[in-house]
Amino acid sequence: MTDLLYDSDEEALRGSVRALLTTHAPWQRILAAVDADAPYDAELWRRLVDQTGVTGLVVPAEHGGAGAGFREVAVVLEELGRAVAPVPFLGTVVATRALLACGESTLLRQVAAAERDVALAVGLATAPDAAPGAVTAGPGPTLSGRVAGVADTAPRGLLLVPTGDGLYAVDAADPAVRTTPVVSLDATRPLVDIEFTAAPARRVAAGEVAATAVRAALTAGAALLASEQVGVAQWCLDTTVDYVRQRRQFGRPVGSFQAVKHRLADLWVELTEARAVARYAAANAAGSEASLAAALAQAYCGPVAVRAAEVCVQLHGGLGFTWEHPAHLYLKRAKSAAIAFGTADRHRAALARLVDLPGPGTADGVTSRCTDR
Amino acid sequence: MSDHTADGLRGLVAAFLRTHDPSGDRTGFLRARFDAGLAWVHHPPGRGGLGAPPHLQAVVDDAFAEAGAPDNQPRRNSIGLGMAAPTLLRHASEAQCRRWLRPLWTGEEVWCQLFSEPDAGSDLASLRTRAVPDGDGWVVDGQKVWTSLAHEARWAILLARTDPAAPKHHGLTYFVCDMAAPGVQVRPLRQATGEAEFNEVFLTGVRIPDTHRIGEVGHGWRIARTTLMNERVAIGGRPLPREGGMVGVLARLWRERPDLRTGGLHEEVLHAWVRAEAARLAALRLRQLVAAGQPGPEGSAVKLSFAELSQRISGLEVELRGAEGLRHDDWTMRRPVAPDLLGRTATYRYLRARGNSIEGGTSEILRTIIAERVLGLPAEPRVDR
Repeated sequence: MTDLLYDSDEEALRGSVRALLTTHAPWQRILAAVDADAPYDAELWRRLVDQTGVTGLVVPAEHGGAGAGFREVAVVLEELGRAVAPVPFLGTVVATRALLACGESTLLRQVAAAERDVALAVGLATAPDAAPGAVTAGPGPTLSGRVAGVADTAPRGLLLVPTGDGLYAVDAADPAVRTTPVVSLDATRPLVDIEFTAAPARRVAAGEVAATAVRAALTAGAALLASEQVGVAQWCLDTTVDYVRQRRQFGRPVGSFQAVKHRLADLWVELTEARAVARYAAANAAGSEASLAAALAQAYCGPVAVRAAEVCVQLHGGLGFTWEHPAHLYLKRAKSAAIAFGTADRHRAALARLVDLPGPGTADGVTSRCTDR
Repeated sequence: MSDHTADGLRGLVAAFLRTHDPSGDRTGFLRARFDAGLAWVHHPPGRGGLGAPPHLQAVVDDAFAEAGAPDNQPRRNSIGLGMAAPTLLRHASEAQCRRWLRPLWTGEEVWCQLFSEPDAGSDLASLRTRAVPDGDGWVVDGQKVWTSLAHEARWAILLARTDPAAPKHHGLTYFVCDMAAPGVQVRPLRQATGEAEFNEVFLTGVRIPDTHRIGEVGHGWRIARTTLMNERVAIGGRPLPREGGMVGVLARLWRERPDLRTGGLHEEVLHAWVRAEAARLAALRLRQLVAAGQPGPEGSAVKLSFAELSQRISGLEVELRGAEGLRHDDWTMRRPVAPDLLGRTATYRYLRARGNSIEGGTSEILRTIIAERVLGLPAEPRVDR
């Protein structure tokens, strides 16, 4: 039976990440960085990596990592979600999962030692069951093509680029790689469009190994994103509860009105369930249950985080609609996260296949509606 | 303390089974099991337990089940086991526990609960059944309603007003009422499903000895809260496998009947499946929290979700069945001890599920409790305190 609780090591890790974020990533600082159009916080990322070694969490000891697991990663993501912290941790974990599947020891060592930033060059909205993008290999060891809306890339990092025939490593700083920032809905998770024009590339894996690695990476991304969404939703609930307790109208706290209470009670119920689902997904992010756990996680937790952020804006009244209040940062994070790694609808379609609940006109259960997307 | 491990308890069960024949006299076997402290292992010695951690109960139950031993048929005495016993354990005297706990656990004596009244539902503390001192006891007059198992019960836990002048939460006292006493009249209360799980109970000049009072006079509300907290935990407490509940019925129907499928219902079935699996995992996590000694308020979430899901899923099933959904199995007034949620037609499930958000605290009251006790939001201004 999957353990859905947090153990003492995980709580200790949570404590150190939260302390660091409280000191170095208060929302005022994040909002100021968004205003300055430079939200990516390289200094914060460096601190997080140096002080908690997060990049090596899932790398086995034989490749120089901590040999922990996705459960620990999920706890870090809860805290990063809670702070809407603009650091590329999720993308790093996703790329690490691909490297693990390929057995890429050299790159894993560099990632674990934080010598190299690494990202999987697929659009953030890509679902685990999606077809590979439009980048093609050749002539020779080069790649050409365009990938839109990639998250968590570093200027001098390494890009792992899937093509129809393999998975390639490309240096993001190469002149044949043109990176264009996107004005993204969630400015705390910056996106870029990437154009490869005969960019020098090294093949990391080929054929089915590469395809499996990319699928495993996106599956882990979908599963682990749920923990970030739980962190976002928890912040929204906590902050809203604090606010409605002290905000007074009609001579009483607005939190004493039943219409307000019941919305927050419903949100608490949903968050209680989302936490159980996210823990399940984290524990199964890389096993035989991974596809099902990830699909369930994104079918359930994504919409819960969105509702939490929307309720947060609503119950803060006019204040929640202002730029000066951080609610909009969480709303934008939640809404874009609900699209990241595939929408809830897409994941329900995947579940239909995984748990044999086929759509109409598919009597045998083999062809479900998601295959024609 | 050395026995308070899973292996230690399995050893105790094995030793017990060497000296007690599980295929012999059922009542004698269960009484001996109680006396050996293997009934409720978390109870103190002498009260059916060993003072062991509560999560080890499952280990003991499994060991007895594997040996083919008779159980105490918990569904037949759900109120006694789920609500009366925890309240007695916490608030009753030594003599009272000695009198009542063993036959309650063995099932020799079934219990019911005389709380709700026609004018006191969600606002339970406004109840009007009176208990007036009389010699060495009390005389009780009033009417109770929604009493499951009253027609089977030997005893009832009873909440009655002993001080009409006190503020309503302070004027109540908690009693144990003999259901065989003169003046106790039980009438079936027929419900929307056609059957009568519940009863109306009329109390007319019923004498209760003072030795059947639980706790202090005027402390009834505080004690009742123990009972009600246990009620919320008792509902939806068992761990289910995936698709173990009503959603499994829906999923199997969907798989077996491609002719019923439509695009819109497909969406709804998938939504319901996801929601049910999330609720199942939350219930599982709650059990793990309790087993780890960190019981939280998550039980209220489980109860709220269970009610919403059973209603949504059963409604969806009736609709999915289309023309078949127009057919009900039977409107005969049966007297079940518990609802048969998986055995009857979808229409029965749909109708019975309406009660899930009313019984054991309405969903509205639960939301208010979550908001005030879990989230710490301020109470609404009240005119009755």
